[in-house]
Amino acid sequence: MSTPPAVLIKNLKKCYGSVEALRAVSLQVESGQILGLLGPNGAGKTTTLRCLCGLASPDSGTLEVLGVSVLTHPKTTRQLLGYVAQEVALDKVLTGRELLQLQAALYHLPRKTIPARIKEIIQLLGLVPWIDQKTGNYSGGIRKRLDLAAGLLHQPEVLVLDEPTVGLDIESRVVIWDFLRHLRHRGTTILLTSHYLEEVDALADRVAIIDQGRVIAEGTPAQLKDQVGGDRITLRIREFTSPEEAQQAQQMAATLPFVQDVIINTAQGNSLNLVVQPQSDALSTLQQRLQEAGFPIFGIAQARPSLDDVYLAATGRTLLDAEMAAAGNRDPKAARKQNMR
Amino acid sequence: MTTTPVPSASEGNATSLRSSVSPANLTPPGLFSAEFWQETLALTRRLFIQLQRRPSTLVAGVIQPLMWLILFGALFQNVPAGLFGSTQNYGQFLSAGIIVFTAFSGALNAGLPVMFDREFGFLNRLLVAPLASRFSIVLASAIFITTMSLIQTLAIMGMSYTLGAGLPNPLGLAIVGLIVLLLVLGVTALSLGLSFALPGHIELIAVIFVTNLPLLFASTALVPLSFMPDWLQWVASLNPLTFAIEPIRYLYLHPDWGFASVVLQAPWGQVPLGAVLAILVGFDAIALLSIQRLLQRRLS
Repeated sequence: MSTPPAVLIKNLKKCYGSVEALRAVSLQVESGQILGLLGPNGAGKTTTLRCLCGLASPDSGTLEVLGVSVLTHPKTTRQLLGYVAQEVALDKVLTGRELLQLQAALYHLPRKTIPARIKEIIQLLGLVPWIDQKTGNYSGGIRKRLDLAAGLLHQPEVLVLDEPTVGLDIESRVVIWDFLRHLRHRGTTILLTSHYLEEVDALADRVAIIDQGRVIAEGTPAQLKDQVGGDRITLRIREFTSPEEAQQAQQMAATLPFVQDVIINTAQGNSLNLVVQPQSDALSTLQQRLQEAGFPIFGIAQARPSLDDVYLAATGRTLLDAEMAAAGNRDPKAARKQNMR
Repeated sequence: MTTTPVPSASEGNATSLRSSVSPANLTPPGLFSAEFWQETLALTRRLFIQLQRRPSTLVAGVIQPLMWLILFGALFQNVPAGLFGSTQNYGQFLSAGIIVFTAFSGALNAGLPVMFDREFGFLNRLLVAPLASRFSIVLASAIFITTMSLIQTLAIMGMSYTLGAGLPNPLGLAIVGLIVLLLVLGVTALSLGLSFALPGHIELIAVIFVTNLPLLFASTALVPLSFMPDWLQWVASLNPLTFAIEPIRYLYLHPDWGFASVVLQAPWGQVPLGAVLAILVGFDAIALLSIQRLLQRRLS
């Protein structure tokens, strides 16, 4: 008997009015893996997760958790999933323990096992000192950890996390990263969204890049970086280079045999971003030619491709640019409406 | 980077859960199962913890009707005897109206906490859980509001007793409780329906605002039907509040009541106590049916 994938999403489509939130999302998460869903705000990450958890009904497509259809057996898949939303919604009048007790009842844990299970999870997440205080007094990091504890209380097969560390301090972020690695080690499958490249790079076994309601690249971080190919050289002629000078340097660099592509990054003071064949003397040759042509050098650095380069290659823009564009188009009121039930 | 699935480690729970995903186990618990009562109880408990930590709603909910009783009662203290039917004094006349109006207002507000749960995203926490039935969310609210209303009713009856309004006989008291319960159930259902149908709490509060006082004034809570112009008599004798007020008033005044006793002299006919109860049950049935479709669409 072959084991079905932990999560299977095929051709998922969802429109909100005339807005196509999901055009055709297909994803697969194998048991025991962490899949990072990477993309800018508004790409469709949250909508995908909401469909998976039964908070939104897709217009068409297949959604399965361990081979069970979300659409025909929602109660079964809800029991298999643990969902931690991006925005932590706690009842500020309840204590952390009372919230977990409520959560335990909602997932029908046997009454006798509840106190021990709560004790275990709050120890794991370092919540013991706060657990009997009202959640209204919690800091952002503690709130998130309690939310995580609530999502994990019923020991779900698949943990679904929407932007687990957005807006958190570095320390809380590290605690959560370590905890997620620990969970994965114990066999929990994790599907998380993020628009932090380093988060996905640090945690995920596989990455899927989602843009404008479509998965446009998928693989292990190493595979994706290799596919992009070449090394990256960032060249800053001056701290703030004039467009004319940047163009002259661009024309010159493009004539070099090992240079595959040169673009001018206007967002970073007209610096040049070069894709070069991975060869040892690329940097020194470039420096030499620049000197000969009379260009000063403010800064120059060579790097292996990053996930951001993967993103750039797949979408034609950097994640940061996509974020900015999405922020401009965003209607916070409409987004809230969408998330309200 | 590994691409082979990591075997789910020696964690017992993980394996037991996985083995539970077989076609035989795909029938989850349904309405009124043990799981249903577990979740209903937990949701109700949450509401009572909130009340315990923020008792101001209950305190205000008890003080307000008592103020009505004292102040509004004093306002018409000097009306000539017999003007308000067979009652001894206006305070006695008024208490039935205040009991019903208070229960009605409380039930009308039942949707507000649910609306706030929607707005703060807490409802999502309930909706992603494998609830045996989402009706438990509705039932928990109904249990909570009913308890509140019964506490308020007891306070009003106690106060009006000390003001000299007397009490119905024991069986009459039970009928008073039943009438309050029926009214609260129907209005709570409508309010919860609104809390899912309307876009936000501003709109819900607006609806509560335009419903509350007009329904009070177009009922027999403050003056008898005979006091009203013809058109208002018609409106008042179709108002659900009147169907709760008049029988309670009758039970207060007539220890010899029976289910055939005429409690309401409507312009369209005489209504006995039994018929009033039947009408209230019908009102509940209509309210529950009308929200059922809405809740099913919204919650699944």
